Formats: sequence, structure tokens, C-alpha cells
Amino acid sequence: MADAAASSTTAPSTRRRPSLADRGLDGVTLLLLPAALFIVLLFVYPFLYGLVLSFMPKEGGWLGNYTRFFSDPYMYGTIWLTVRLALPVTVLNIALSVPIAMQVRHMTRQRLLTTILVLPITLGTVLVAEGLLNYLGPQGWLNRTLILFGLIDRPIRLVHNYWGVFISLVITGFPFTFLLTLSMISGIDPALEQAAATLGARARHRFAHIVFPLIVPGLAVTFCLAFVDAFSVFPSAVMLGAPAGETRVISFAAAQAAFEQYDYSYASAIAMIMALVQFGFVGLVLGLRGLFYKGPVGGGKG
Amino acid sequence: MNMDNVLEKLWKTAVWAFVILFVVNVVAMIATVVVNSFGTRWLNSWLPVAFTFRWYAAAWKEFQLGDVLTVTFQIAGAVVVLSALFGVPAAYALARRDFPGKPLVMVLFLLPLLVPPITFGVPLATVLYKVGLAGTMWGVIIANLVPTLPFTVILMIPFIEQIDPKVEAAARVFGAGTGRLFFHVLVPLLLPGLLAASLLAMVRTVSMFELTFLTAGPSSQTLVVALYYSVFAAGVRAGQSIDAMAVIYMMSTLIWLIIALRFVNPTQIVARVKKSPA
Repeated sequence: MADAAASSTTAPSTRRRPSLADRGLDGVTLLLLPAALFIVLLFVYPFLYGLVLSFMPKEGGWLGNYTRFFSDPYMYGTIWLTVRLALPVTVLNIALSVPIAMQVRHMTRQRLLTTILVLPITLGTVLVAEGLLNYLGPQGWLNRTLILFGLIDRPIRLVHNYWGVFISLVITGFPFTFLLTLSMISGIDPALEQAAATLGARARHRFAHIVFPLIVPGLAVTFCLAFVDAFSVFPSAVMLGAPAGETRVISFAAAQAAFEQYDYSYASAIAMIMALVQFGFVGLVLGLRGLFYKGPVGGGKG
Repeated sequence: MNMDNVLEKLWKTAVWAFVILFVVNVVAMIATVVVNSFGTRWLNSWLPVAFTFRWYAAAWKEFQLGDVLTVTFQIAGAVVVLSALFGVPAAYALARRDFPGKPLVMVLFLLPLLVPPITFGVPLATVLYKVGLAGTMWGVIIANLVPTLPFTVILMIPFIEQIDPKVEAAARVFGAGTGRLFFHVLVPLLLPGLLAASLLAMVRTVSMFELTFLTAGPSSQTLVVALYYSVFAAGVRAGQSIDAMAVIYMMSTLIWLIIALRFVNPTQIVARVKKSPA
């Protein structure tokens, strides 16, 4: 279409009026403007506004909010408490997703499984937390089943502590990493593996030498997305965890500053610190990714 | 060689065992909520003593679910319509044109999807409070549009790319104006994609907790936020009526998901799948 535009201006001998066509073509790109403007106004601008606001604390110098955050162990401790939740969960979810996706891609009724897995994502963290409160509770079905099979003597405590939040993050996070990994692995040309199989490579060698190197870049991106998502855990940490203690996550600290102390400047500073940790992590992972293979995942013959 | 075969079988079994375990736990977790919402008393046993519908009536009255549901669907409806109105033209431009700065625009649309809502929600809510929109329905609608509009754009691009530009050129040759081209050619061809995008936008808005939580006032709460507050203040209300509310919430999300899944693959909800549907 771009060629047509160029040719119609250089060769005005065509039957239709070129000026109209040209204007129409320019107009198409302009269709982008309202949406782009909206995002700039309500995503980019608030972020910059928050950044500026965070340097204008209620009291103290321009770094007041940040020194306040980093001098209070109850506040800067939230970073560690959140990382302690988010990092193991993310590693576990990825470690589970890859072998399962390797098996599921050959499954005939794949859609049924993916539909069930998309349920926790759709229902959202609030509902998952509410369900787990009953399910993992001392009288819940999980503890009952474990006692029935004689695996434990008395109910184990899984709610209002670290493990409740951990489990909820696996329930909502695993389907997300799994579906991303599945779409990635399904994109690899099966001919590559068939060729290796013909030459006598066993499944684990085919995985280690063919599939894994091909998915590492995509896996790194999935890892980033999953970590950033887990790092911003909020409702389940409050509902299923101990928001005053071991699951006092950074997003809860930010919400508290905004809605309980009405200190938007401090809340913005905490949000900026949160974003900084997230971007820093993504930068680190993507930097490491540069060391691996990048290129087509299709077969040799096009 | 034989040892290898045994190990591979064992490995396969272990993987499938985990899949089944995970699915069973997810289903059991959802079932707990449903069973509890119908139970009379449920202490120290596998199932409640007896079953009843009264928690639904109680929840409907206690939590003013009629009002909350109305607000929820007004907000979700507005978000869906507005994101289609702004998103489809933008997706059309991105699918059909190559222009300098296109990668930058793509990043602009991807960022609100990748940055977690709570991270940009705090500054966004601050701005909305400053202009006096927070606490109102419009504040919640605008906040929810921030991730939903780019979501619609990104989801619609492949649907538009599938339409051959020659079809549009043919319509032009036969004298269709922009309006006729849009309503008689593009909209009918885009209908499945448009429907899928709208339904998924609906699901996302109904289940979006963080942004609504940060921007809603008492009269602009959606169902998921009301559910959060009722759990947060647990002890005041009976657990069963909270679960009755949770079941109503599940219904209000899952209906749209079930319809949406007729048009899209579940993997498309989290990832943009390259395989084009035949």
C-alpha cells in the first residue's frame, strides 16, 4: 500500500483522483493518535508526575522520602520480604512449566487443559485467595486429605503466613508461565527434533541440545514477566498472608502510605522504588539473555 | 538402553501426575467456595451439615449486590465500548502502515500490559485524585482503560492483518466511501476478533482488582473490590455469605470467558499466538 501511495504521486495519470487517496492514506496513520494520546496522558504522564512528586516530600529535602524509606527497617525490609516470595515462586513456576509444556504439546485434547488452567488467571487473585482461605484452612479439604492418607498427624498451618501467599502465587502464576511456555515450545519446528531423533538422540538429549537453547531467550522474557507480576503481589498477601509480618509486601506498604496516611508523595516514592526493583531485575535478566542464541526457530529448509 | 526407557516413562508419569494434582487442587479450591456458599454449618466434616440457598439472599441484601453488580457492568460496559472505539482504529493503523517510530508506539502500547497495575496504579490514582476524578465511576473507567485499551489494540492487530488489503481496494474500486468500507466490509470481517477482544476486555475489567481498588470510591466499587473488603473485614459477616458473593462474582466473570473461548484459544489470553487460525 505504501508503494501504491508513492507511485500514485509520481504517476498522476491514474483514473482515480490521487489527492483523495493520498489524504486517505495519511489519515490511516492518524487513527493511531487518540489511543496513543490516551496512553501518554494516563500512563506516561502519571508515571513522570509520580516521579517528580516523590522528590517533593511533605518534610525534609528533595530526597526526604527515599531517606525515610531506606532508614526504616520496617519499610526497606518490604523489598526483601517481597523478593523472598516472588523469586522462589517464579523459579518454581518456570521449572514446572517447561517439562509440562514439553509433554502437553503432543496432547490431543490440549484445549481442555488450557481452559482449566486459564480459570485461575481469569478469576483473579482475590477469588483465589478467598478460595484458598477455606481450602488450605485447618479444616479444609487439603489438610483433611493429607490426614486421611496419614501424611500428617494434625493440620499444618498454611494460611495467614508465608506459605499461603506462596501457594496462591503458584496457583495464579503457574498457568501464566505455562501458557506462555507452551505457545513458545509449540512454535518450534517439530522437524528439528525429528531429525535429531532419527539420528538417535534420546528425549532428554533432544531437549538439552535442541529445544532448550531455542527457548532460552523466550524463557528469559517469561521469567521477567512472571517475576514482575509476582513482585507486585497485593490482595493475596493481605488476605492469605500476615500483612503486618512475614508477608508485608512492598505494594501493601505503598497502598498504606496512600490510603492510611494520605501521603501521596511518600506512596509515589514507594511505587517508584518498586518500579526500580522491577526494571532493574528485567534489565539484569535481559542482559544475561544476550549471551544466548537469538534467531529463527524454524527448520533449515524454508 | 532399557534403563533409559524406564526412566523416560517414570519422568512422563511424574509430569502428568503433577498436572493432575494441580488441576485437582484448582478445581477443589473453586468447589470449596461453591459448597460453602450452599452449606448451613460446616465445621469438622468433609461436607456441610445441610444445604440451603439462604446465604445468597443474605449476601444480596447485606452487600447490596444489586447496586454493586449494576456499577460493575456499567463500568465494564463503558470500558469495553471505549477500548473498542479507540483501540480498533489504532490497531488498524498499526496493522496496515509502516511509519518511522512504529516500534516506539508498540512499546507505548505494550508497557501498560507489562508493568503491573499496582506499580502504575499508585501514581495514576494520585493524578486522578488531583483532578477530582478518583472516587467516581469515570475515574474507575479511565483507570481500567489504561491496560485494556492497549490489550484491545494488541489483540486486534493479527485479526486485521488477516484481512487482505485487496478486499478493501476492491471495495474502493467499486466506489465505496470510507464509511461504507468500514461498516460493510471491515466490521463484518472483523466481527469475530472484535467480539473476542470485547469479551476478554470485559473479563479483565470485571476481575481487575488493583486499579479499581486504588481509584474507586464507596459508590463506584466493582464486585471484586467489594469482595476484597468483605474478606478483609471478615468476622463481621458470615463466611458463607462472603462465599455466596464470591460465587456470584465467579459467574459474572466466567460467563464472558466461556463465550470468549468460542472465538479464541486460551493461550491467546496470555500470549499472542503466531499460528493463524485456519
